[in-house]
Amino acid sequence: MEPGRASKIPEILARSEKDILEEWLREQLAAITLRKDLLPEADLRRESAEFLLLFTKAISSDTPQDIATAVWGKVRDFLASLSRSRAALGFSPSETATFVFSLKQPLFVRLQEVHAKDAAALGAELWTITTVLDKLGVFTAETFLIAREGVIKRQQEEMLELSTPVVKVWDGILALPLIGTLDSSRTQIVMESLLKSIVDTGSEIAIIDITGVPAVDTLVAQHLLKTVAAARLMGAHCIISGIRPQIAQAMVHLGVAFGDIVTKATLADALAHAFRLAGLSVARRQA
Amino acid sequence: MDKIPILRMGRFLLVTIQVDMHDRLAMALQDDLTSRVVKDQAKGVLIDISSLEVVDSFMGRMLNNIAAMTRTLGAETVVVGMMPAVAITLVELGLSLENVHTALNADKGMALLTSRLEASLEAR
Repeated sequence: MEPGRASKIPEILARSEKDILEEWLREQLAAITLRKDLLPEADLRRESAEFLLLFTKAISSDTPQDIATAVWGKVRDFLASLSRSRAALGFSPSETATFVFSLKQPLFVRLQEVHAKDAAALGAELWTITTVLDKLGVFTAETFLIAREGVIKRQQEEMLELSTPVVKVWDGILALPLIGTLDSSRTQIVMESLLKSIVDTGSEIAIIDITGVPAVDTLVAQHLLKTVAAARLMGAHCIISGIRPQIAQAMVHLGVAFGDIVTKATLADALAHAFRLAGLSVARRQA
Repeated sequence: MDKIPILRMGRFLLVTIQVDMHDRLAMALQDDLTSRVVKDQAKGVLIDISSLEVVDSFMGRMLNNIAAMTRTLGAETVVVGMMPAVAITLVELGLSLENVHTALNADKGMALLTSRLEASLEAR
């Protein structure tokens, strides 16, 4: 925008706000990216009206092109909360960004009418609007992604927590059913929760069941060995159970050995062994 | 320099480590313990480390060495009450203390020493 020549955009927005809102809504409703199943039209109308109001205020300021300034603060906050809520609703990034980009069409039409005879002014105004809306669109997409990543991270953490339960199966006998791949960070959590339970319950025997571990390679075996070694240092015996035939074959082919650690095919075998270690016996009741 | 006390309980020696171990203290313990095993004709040593929060590779090796030395002198060593964090640290350092017997607490450690002593007497 050349200095001394006032932009017509605030004027247009102030004069025909209602019409622009209607056209913009029509644009959004016609877009194939609209998800009527996720967002009712009334909500969309309310959000659009609010955004247009904030946008009008911000574009009328002295620095319309720099969305990082304080003037645009409210617009940024609004878009941030909008993309967060849409991320939670299950919208895709392009669906969310379309909300901002579809405002271009109604504004361009208005500008063309106002600057019909002045090509240079029209170009400058279009440039301003495009720059601002593009920046806002990118900002929306970025916030959307950050919100999405937050959701994924939280789910990952919950999965880690949920997938390492330590169960007390008998007085002095713990079981740790492992489900999912064992990587270094999970091994750490598994080890910590197992050792903590050993201390809390005073158990001398722990059964690590790997039925739910999809594959055992040298790295996974090493992680298991570390856990067993740490439990031994605290004074507890470990039994590894739930080794499937395929896993036993793969382990022998890979040359992975569990050394002198007791391994059993099923949790039942391991429990029987644990009973023997603890000096317990299970007998059928006489009829 | 403070010293770690060694108590005699029947045929066993009892050591409770309640201060942060530094290298000199560890070496002194090694000397004292080996001479006490000989002097008291002890058949077992119980080392309680339940209040030990910090452990390094030297400390881990020293525990293993003490166990090997006392075994040479005819006494088994059992280390009891190791904290989870200490156990994880030792494993990450690659020290698995092969010579040492372990137990959850002093009570279970004593039971372990007694049963091993009886087993060795029977075998004789």
